[in-house]
This record gives sequence, structure tokens and C-alpha cells, in this order.
Amino acid sequence: MTALEEVRACHAAVWHALGTVRDPELDEPLTDLGFVARCEVDGGRAAVELRLPTYFCAPNFAFLMVADAYDAVSAVPGVRSVEVRLVDHFAAEVINRGVAARAGFVASFAGEAVNELDELRATFVRKAVLAGTDRVCRALRRSGVDGERLARMTLGEVPPSQDRERLRARRRELGLPCGDGDPLLVDPETGEAVPPADAARHLGFARLTRAGQEANSGVCRDMLRVRYPHIGEQEGAR
Amino acid sequence: MYEKDGEKYFVVDGHTHFWDASPENWVEGQEEYAKGWIECFHAYQGLGPADTHWPIDRFQKYSEELMMHDLFEAGHVDVAIFQPTNLRQWYKNGFNTTEVDAALAEKHPGKFLVNTYFDPREGDAGMKAFEERVKRYGCKGVKLYTAEWLGDSRGWSLKDPEAFRYLERCEELGVKNIHVHKGPTIWPLDKDAFDMSDVDRASTSFQGLNFIVEHVGLPRIEDFCFMATQERNVYAGLAVVVGGLMHARPKFFAKVMGELMFWLGEDKLIFGADYAIWEPKWQVEGFVDWQMPADEELSDFAPLTVEQKKKILGLNAARLYDVDVPAELRLEAPKVVEPVGVPNP
Repeated sequence: MTALEEVRACHAAVWHALGTVRDPELDEPLTDLGFVARCEVDGGRAAVELRLPTYFCAPNFAFLMVADAYDAVSAVPGVRSVEVRLVDHFAAEVINRGVAARAGFVASFAGEAVNELDELRATFVRKAVLAGTDRVCRALRRSGVDGERLARMTLGEVPPSQDRERLRARRRELGLPCGDGDPLLVDPETGEAVPPADAARHLGFARLTRAGQEANSGVCRDMLRVRYPHIGEQEGAR
Repeated sequence: MYEKDGEKYFVVDGHTHFWDASPENWVEGQEEYAKGWIECFHAYQGLGPADTHWPIDRFQKYSEELMMHDLFEAGHVDVAIFQPTNLRQWYKNGFNTTEVDAALAEKHPGKFLVNTYFDPREGDAGMKAFEERVKRYGCKGVKLYTAEWLGDSRGWSLKDPEAFRYLERCEELGVKNIHVHKGPTIWPLDKDAFDMSDVDRASTSFQGLNFIVEHVGLPRIEDFCFMATQERNVYAGLAVVVGGLMHARPKFFAKVMGELMFWLGEDKLIFGADYAIWEPKWQVEGFVDWQMPADEELSDFAPLTVEQKKKILGLNAARLYDVDVPAELRLEAPKVVEPVGVPNP
């Protein structure tokens, strides 16, 4: 590989790594959401800038994303130093400093925060499991599967799809059963199979959770576009 | 009263304000917050139809005449409920106090119900003042702002033992309607507010009180519905739902209305225009005209009946507040309907 090819490959790997980092609430990659404002790789040094839909986006979510981006980029082979900076945010300085120092959320916001963010993250992954359940089940319903059958299906009986694998991945993250022989409908807290008698109510919650997630995603995308009107051009040029 | 297609609707605006956010009322050194707050509200007004937008100077401070016109002459409102928000940390005389609301209510008998507030951080003195306000103004409800700043404190929780003491007193005094703001974060309040588990705890413990969750926890409607279906005394305050979504985001509005009807049902939805963020006229007229769209995505939801709209626009709130509804505006056979979402009715 020439030096230029090496730089390009490294850049692609860093970009790919950023694509594994999600907005915890929206359950979508930062790269798809337009939250990556800049991504540069030079001689093993990676410099990344993140931006958010508003100046006031919740700092706990922001902290998670900056920290996750830092970890993901640090793990890319060939990357020797990493700088991840949140920009245009009221808590950017505190967050950037805290993440760079590996200080954790509570230490970074001394006096203003009382809990680390693991439980917050788990809460939103549980919601992602519910929203993902609605995506998979709605497609099944459209293809003629009735409620009775849905309540007794296993993951492996669902025809392969991106939505199924995404659901499986979120369940795996929480340590919930996610093999082909495991039930399609599980309680996202306990991992236990949903009894068929409760299936309709469970699917109602799944539908509701997805409605909320997609609405928030829509709001965030709209607000980001209002804030950074040239966002489409930048992405095209990359 | 609003009449359309031969149907008459008794309208209770469950969420109104008479505020003063003009620069003369900003606390010295806190101007940034006072200004940020009202500008954030003003931005929300932008979600209504363009011809209802106000310039910022009118929005900061409007007149009694304008309010009476917008609510009762143009806006079809029969009775309006004041929901105070003090914010004395930023506004010298308070942003929208019980006293200011009550003064206006006294000038216009029969038009307003005056709610007050309590703040458990105010201790015994606060308790005494709270009792006096309740007695003097005949309050049957409170509006609670758990994210309100006080000194170094950035908020409180309904789970706090002190808050329970106030809720016990509410039960004794007959202040039975507890409106809690759980909704969009308004800068600079509460950096990561999305948790309404405190309402969950309080509503379980105080079965004699009604908990009206204002703005239904948006943007996290699912948290609200999860909680509300477990608690029989939790209601949905529709301020922001109608004003903020019906015009600007109609598809999401349909989903939210569908979910609220599914999980809570027609007896637990309370209309509120949230004046002066939004005027009631277009909301009342728009809601009466609105119907669940015929869309595959919304196929789980039934269309709203005229009777259901009458309940939501006024009869439900009238029931909670013991408002006397003229005979011709009542439903013939009012019945409590159990929503689908409630387990083991």
C-alpha cells in the first residue's frame, strides 16, 4: 500500500468505527444522523468533531456519544492518538475534558450529576428492543401472520432481515436470549418469554415505543438541518 | 361554548397563564435565564399556524383585554384554569403567580379557576402560605414545577418525604387535582429531565388525588403511557400535544392521540391551550374538525366520536373540578369507559 492508500484505509476504518456509535435514544449511528461534523486522519492521529441538533441537548446523552466515539476510534488499528471534540454545545468544554481524561460523567459534572450512565444506556437499549420488536412484528403481520402465531414464534422462524438482526444485536447487548430457538417476544427487563395472553398488550407497548423513538429521531434530524443548513453538501463532499 | 354541525361543546381550557416576562420584571444578574425562558416559549408558539404568531414584545407581556378576548370572545372557552409558574429566581414579581391570576379571576367571576402551587423546599413557612392561598382563592388544584430552581437547588421530586407531607395536606384541604409539568425541557431548567417515576410513586400513594401529567411527558410519550396504565388516578394534560403537534406535526399528533386513547381512554384526556403560548381558537376548532387519518400505520386506532371530543375538550376537566355544566351541554348518559390498555379491568 502506498502512503496515500494507507491514510485512506485508515480514514475509512475510523469512519466505519464511528458508524458503530449510536445516539442512545434514537438507536441510530452518528454517521447516519449527521452528527459527525469532521473526521480527519493524519499519520495515525485521528481528529473527530461531533455536533448535535441543539445547543441544549441533554449533556448525559452527549457525554455517552463522545465517550463511545472516543473508545471506538481508539480501537481502530493504526490509530495512535485520538481527539474527539463536541462542538457548539453549552457543556462541550466539560464533556470534552472529561472524556479526554477518562474521568466519567459524575466526576466531569461534579455537583450536578449523581449517577453514571450505564443505567441510562440500558434503559434506552430496552426501548430499542421494544421498537425493534414492532418493526419485525409489523412486517410479519403485513405478510399475513396472525397474532396467535406471532405470540408463539421463535427468532429463528422470522424470515431473515436487517430488522431481525438489529433486534437480535440489541437483545445480545442486554444479555437477553437472542438465539434462533429463543422466543420472538421477550420481556426486555427479565428476558422471559411473554405469555401468549399478554402478547397483544406487549405489542402495543412495542408500537408505542417505536412511535416515540421515530418521532424524536424526526425532530432531531429537522433541528440539525435548521442549525446546519449545508449539511447535505458536506456529506456529499466527503 | 363552541358549536359546529349542530353539536355544542362545553370548553374548559385546562392550562392558561397570565404572565409578565417583560425586561422590567427580570431579576438583576439573572437576565440571561429570564430572557432564555420566554424566548424558548416564544419559539414554541412558532409551531402554531403562522397567522397566530405574535411579536416577542407582545408575547413578553400582554394585556387583560387581549387575554379575555382570545379566550372567551374568540376562543370559545367557557371556563379557564390558571396554572401558575413562579420562577421568582429570575422574575422579580414572579412569572405567573397565583396572586396575579386570582386578581384577574376576581374581576371576571365564573370565568376562571385559580390553581396554586407548593414547593416542598419552602418548609413550614411555605406550608402555611400554601394553606392560606388555598383558602383565600378556593384552589382545587396545584401546578407543580419539579424542575424549578431555588437557591442552589435545581429541582425536587414528588418522592421527597417533604413533598408527601404537602400531598397529605392537599388531600385534607380538598386540593385534589395535582398538575405536574413533565414535558419538553425548557432551557435552562433540568438538564436531563425525562424521568416521571416520581409521579408513579406519588399517584400510587395518594389514591384520593388526581395526577394530571401536563404535556404527557413529551418527547417520551411511551414513559407516560407505561406509567399511566398502571395508575387509575393519572390523567393526560394535552397542553403542547394539541398546540405543539396538531398543526406542525400532524402525523405524530395522530399517533399520540391514538396511543393516549388506547392506553388511557376518553375519560382521562384533558384539553389545555397553554395560553399565551398558543391561542385556544384554532386549537378548539381544529380539534373538533380533526379525525384519525385512514392510514395503514394508524389502523390500530379508532376514529374519535363527537362524544369523545366533548369529553376531552371540557367535560372531563369539568368533572375533576366540579364545574357545573349547563344541561344542554352535558352528555345524555355519561359513562366511564374502560380503555383497552388497562390490564384486568
